[in-house]
Amino acid sequence: MSGTNGAYVRIDEDLKTFKVSRRAFVDPAVTDAEYREIFDKCWLYLGHESELDQPNDFLTRTVARRNILFARQADGEFRAYLNTCPHRGASVCRERSGSAKSFQCMYHGWVFGNDGRLKHLPGEDSYGENFRESGGGDLTPVPKLDNCAGFWFVCFDPDGPSLDDYLGAAMPYIELLSLHSKHGMEIVGGTQEYAIRSNWKLLTENSVDGYHAESTHATYLDYLMNVSGGLIKQPLVGRAFDLGNGHAVLEYKAPWGRTIAQWIPMWGEEVKAQLEDVKAELVERLGPDKADRIAHYNRNLLIFPNLIVNDIMAITVRTYYPDAPDFMNVNAWALAPRREVDWARQYRLYNFLEFLGPGGFATPDDVEAMEKCQMGYRNLKEARWNDISKGIGKAEPSFDDEAQMRAFWTEWQSRISRADGFGLAA
Amino acid sequence: MTFRLTRDEAEEFVFAEAEFLDDWDLEAWLDLFADDAVYNVPSTDLDKSAKAADNLFYIADDRTRLEERVTRLKKKTAHAEFPRSKTRHLVSNVRIRKIDDESATVTAAFATFRSKDGVTDTYIGSTRYKLVRPNGALKIAEKWCFLDMEGLRPQGRISILL
Ligand code: FES
Ligand SMILES: [Fe+2]
Repeated sequence: MSGTNGAYVRIDEDLKTFKVSRRAFVDPAVTDAEYREIFDKCWLYLGHESELDQPNDFLTRTVARRNILFARQADGEFRAYLNTCPHRGASVCRERSGSAKSFQCMYHGWVFGNDGRLKHLPGEDSYGENFRESGGGDLTPVPKLDNCAGFWFVCFDPDGPSLDDYLGAAMPYIELLSLHSKHGMEIVGGTQEYAIRSNWKLLTENSVDGYHAESTHATYLDYLMNVSGGLIKQPLVGRAFDLGNGHAVLEYKAPWGRTIAQWIPMWGEEVKAQLEDVKAELVERLGPDKADRIAHYNRNLLIFPNLIVNDIMAITVRTYYPDAPDFMNVNAWALAPRREVDWARQYRLYNFLEFLGPGGFATPDDVEAMEKCQMGYRNLKEARWNDISKGIGKAEPSFDDEAQMRAFWTEWQSRISRADGFGLAA
Repeated sequence: MTFRLTRDEAEEFVFAEAEFLDDWDLEAWLDLFADDAVYNVPSTDLDKSAKAADNLFYIADDRTRLEERVTRLKKKTAHAEFPRSKTRHLVSNVRIRKIDDESATVTAAFATFRSKDGVTDTYIGSTRYKLVRPNGALKIAEKWCFLDMEGLRPQGRISILL
């Protein structure tokens, strides 16, 4: 066998195959190594700027098993803290979101400003003179916090790269997402929080899988064909791009409607005229090329390891973490242009819940597929390898090839092999 | 003229609805809905007053989408429900909240169990119905299911009808 071979990824250049060991999906030691070498070292998605729209807004969120308090100071500055009291550890903020200048720990009553400083210490005269001033009673900030075009990320490795270096060639794709409207973008109310009884990497693959739609989503495509004018005559056609550092994107044309700005007959003539105006505004503001990409191209974007931003019939921002090798928690939000007109917002959300939501006509079948893969891995001892070879060796891989998954697995293999005992053959 | 509805009638109606679902008699279930009916399941972090037009729901079906949902669930290619799961919809706490000229608002509590592939999932919540009588027979104009859960964990999907 020739090619670059790690313990979990085997490439055979003569046979043109790319194989991944199914042990990567079932071994608890792999999940532990993933937390150490991937989630504790990579830049991870925290939230969108629009979720903290005003000074003093805050939200709490789980990121890589940690409880994070994401807050804006009175001066508008974005901050993120580990949501644990420096006194004995209690969660300082126990609400999902809100607006607050300070947070009081419910246990002994320490009060912290949204700048993280210990503001009030009950029984302060029983402490040393400089206890508060010394900063030892302040909230612990996350090691690194930064944003790209309104998408905020954290990194738990103080020695990690800058966000810009980490995102690299993926940055222009995130920036493009912020340009759909001159008013900026926002997360819509309502979070889809669900779980899948499968390994988290199956969702990374599934989210950028242009190959499965026809069989997995047969009923969704039937639905679009049944409702008259649900589709236009635009064949699925496009490319996959390896963006480096494990990031990848699919960019392709598709027959479904985009409220920014691909019209389908179902929406009627009045909407058609309005969508032409939307397109004209995009052309004027961004030039014809970017406008065309925003209006008529779909993008499934993977930011390594676990951020998916799929700009398809609606935009989903999705992130997920393993609780165990065979269980992940998923959070998904809808991103949309601010001040979007009512009909567009409505169709966008309907598109979202029909296709992207776990109560829709497609995602339940993705969940079923991933859970059935996980079940299949019970046969690991005899059936050991997954195949990810589609389109291997092509100079211009298609959106329905698997180059984007090979980009992910190559980065995954290189990071996991740094963990103790993981450089060995599987 | 005010709308007529007794608790007995309301209970019998929602119990029969539950039975159609557990028997997978989806056509009979769909027949319980009025022509312009809606069926909504909001995301679990939303307020009960939230609207589907500007908030992300799990399900926001109008009559067309509801029919398509039923059509889909009857296909073998509705993979999440092929082979079909076993379900049991337990409905209780049925109360008539409001009676107007043309409709009544009825609320109930539900616990729905879904078993498939060695796993039983539970969906817990409350239902709010708006019931009408377009041609005498009782029909559902609106069905809202508010999940008393912090997300779809571990259920992962709403592939059945709640
Ligand atoms: S644990 Fe927070 S004040 Fe004691
Ligand atoms: Fe899918």
